[in-house]
Amino acid sequence: MREWGRFLLVRLAGTVVVVLILSIGIFSLVYLSPGSVEQTLLGNRPVTDATRAAVRAQYHLDDPLLTQYLRWFGDAIRGDLGTSIRTGGDVVSMVGNRLPLTLAVTLYGGLLAVLVGVPLGILAAVRRGRLLDRLVVAGSVAGLSAPPFALGLLLLMVFAVRLDWFPVYGSGEGFLDSLWHLTLPAVALGLAGAGLLVRFTRSSLVRELGQDYVTFARARGLSDRQVLGYAVRNSLVPVLTAAGLILTSTLVATVLVEVVFALPGLGSLLVDSVTFKDVPVVQAIALLLTVAIAAINILVDASYLIADPRLRTGGRA
Amino acid sequence: MSVVEARPQLARSRRRWPGLLVVLALVITTLAALAAAFGPMLLPNAQAQDLMTGLTGPGSEHWLGTDDLGRDVLQLLVVGARPAIVGAVLVALGSMLIGHLVGLPAGWRGGWIDLVAMRWADLMFSLPALLVAIVVTGILGGGFVLAIIVMVFLFSPGDTRVVRAAVFEQRRRPYVEAATLSNLSAPRIVLRHIWPNIAPVVVGNAFLNFAFALVALSSLSFLGMGVEPGSADWGRTLAENRTYLASNPWAATAPGLAIILTAASVSIVGDWIHQRLDERGQSR
Repeated sequence: MREWGRFLLVRLAGTVVVVLILSIGIFSLVYLSPGSVEQTLLGNRPVTDATRAAVRAQYHLDDPLLTQYLRWFGDAIRGDLGTSIRTGGDVVSMVGNRLPLTLAVTLYGGLLAVLVGVPLGILAAVRRGRLLDRLVVAGSVAGLSAPPFALGLLLLMVFAVRLDWFPVYGSGEGFLDSLWHLTLPAVALGLAGAGLLVRFTRSSLVRELGQDYVTFARARGLSDRQVLGYAVRNSLVPVLTAAGLILTSTLVATVLVEVVFALPGLGSLLVDSVTFKDVPVVQAIALLLTVAIAAINILVDASYLIADPRLRTGGRA
Repeated sequence: MSVVEARPQLARSRRRWPGLLVVLALVITTLAALAAAFGPMLLPNAQAQDLMTGLTGPGSEHWLGTDDLGRDVLQLLVVGARPAIVGAVLVALGSMLIGHLVGLPAGWRGGWIDLVAMRWADLMFSLPALLVAIVVTGILGGGFVLAIIVMVFLFSPGDTRVVRAAVFEQRRRPYVEAATLSNLSAPRIVLRHIWPNIAPVVVGNAFLNFAFALVALSSLSFLGMGVEPGSADWGRTLAENRTYLASNPWAATAPGLAIILTAASVSIVGDWIHQRLDERGQSR
């Protein structure tokens, strides 16, 4: 009990250090952008001596770098990430407006990945070496290798332009309409995750089916269904390891999918802001994603401590 | 007991001839490589514009139709292989090189080198490569070269881990002990005796990296970063033609299919090479 508590604490501390290091990198984006800092922060507004002085004062550019970083980070923690260069609006509310859509698409895509990937992986493991297995594995490689934007475009062409089953763009209003609008983006997102899950589930279940207890259970005359039930339950623990990877990659893929389907989410905001060099918005989104990914990884670590009692006792059982 | 059971399964999978899928993947990989090597030489006029015949569907003259500037989509596809593939090859090779430079000493010597290298790998590994590349290349505006450098740095921790783990595992084998006792120098043992045994893992990993880099770099050029405008790069062609889905859908979907097929084929070939080389190593 104490051991896994310590393990989680160490992981938490490590994650905090990583987030701090990355936040320094994110802060320094203002200085890395080509041209002078004042010009970056002024955007398209004319750079005169007066505006330059105003910007220097507003952003405390004459303070030492460390002070500037600490001020920026302190403000960020308190929920103040400055104003957008492009729109002049408050960055936090801009990000807040875009967040729900991105969360919805990511979760929808992740859900589809689980619903498709895990059963297919089980099916492939049970039919190992047969034609079906090979087809499923080949399909998972294709799903894994396909860039989400190319998949999204193919889906758009087939299901929205040719067959006219789904809308070409937009996010819809109300629950059912949104579901209908977000289905193609979610499928484009979910396929890569599904491919990954097929691989993890299949190899984990194949290993589990080779265990002595499975042979023993069969020898005792348990039905195939019962035996498979036990094996599947045990094989799902390693699959949890993949969950963090899948959520993270789905989150990244959302950026591209939102651009393809013209969805007004965080991803398209990031791309627009990067293209415009709207540094405060880019910093905010980068910081948010960094924290989100760190949190996902911690949660995954904690979840397999909960799922596998053997890990809690330090592998003694 | 489980070991005895596992044997026949292993024997069956050791077919000497590759399956249909692998053959298909090999053909596609070869075609893509040939297009990247000789495409611009064979089709010097692929980028020539002909505004009179813009945006036609597939026909006998243009098999996949033309784009809005009247360029033949199939020819563009062949010429676009080079910008799409060269970057990914550079990323795979570059990160393999760094992976060796850091992973070989870390796995062989252990100690503080190992500790520092692994903490570095942990830190970098938690970064989503594509996101970092979007932010850094977008804000710095460094284009293609910067995109590749960023990718190499973000991919290399994976290679470092793979090389380090493989060397670490080999280090305790009797043949290494024998080589050490015969007073061979460390670089000679690592490069001449250990490396051939870890090569399958390393090479297989490089193929996987190539596939991921191809996808990541084409994603960047899809977003309008990385490759310069006007290049026939697959990601950029796709982005430029996606507004014409109604008039000639092939102009955008063909490069998309090219990316998917190439990435999937290279992954499959990588897996296959890994297995083949691994079997050879084990039967020795």
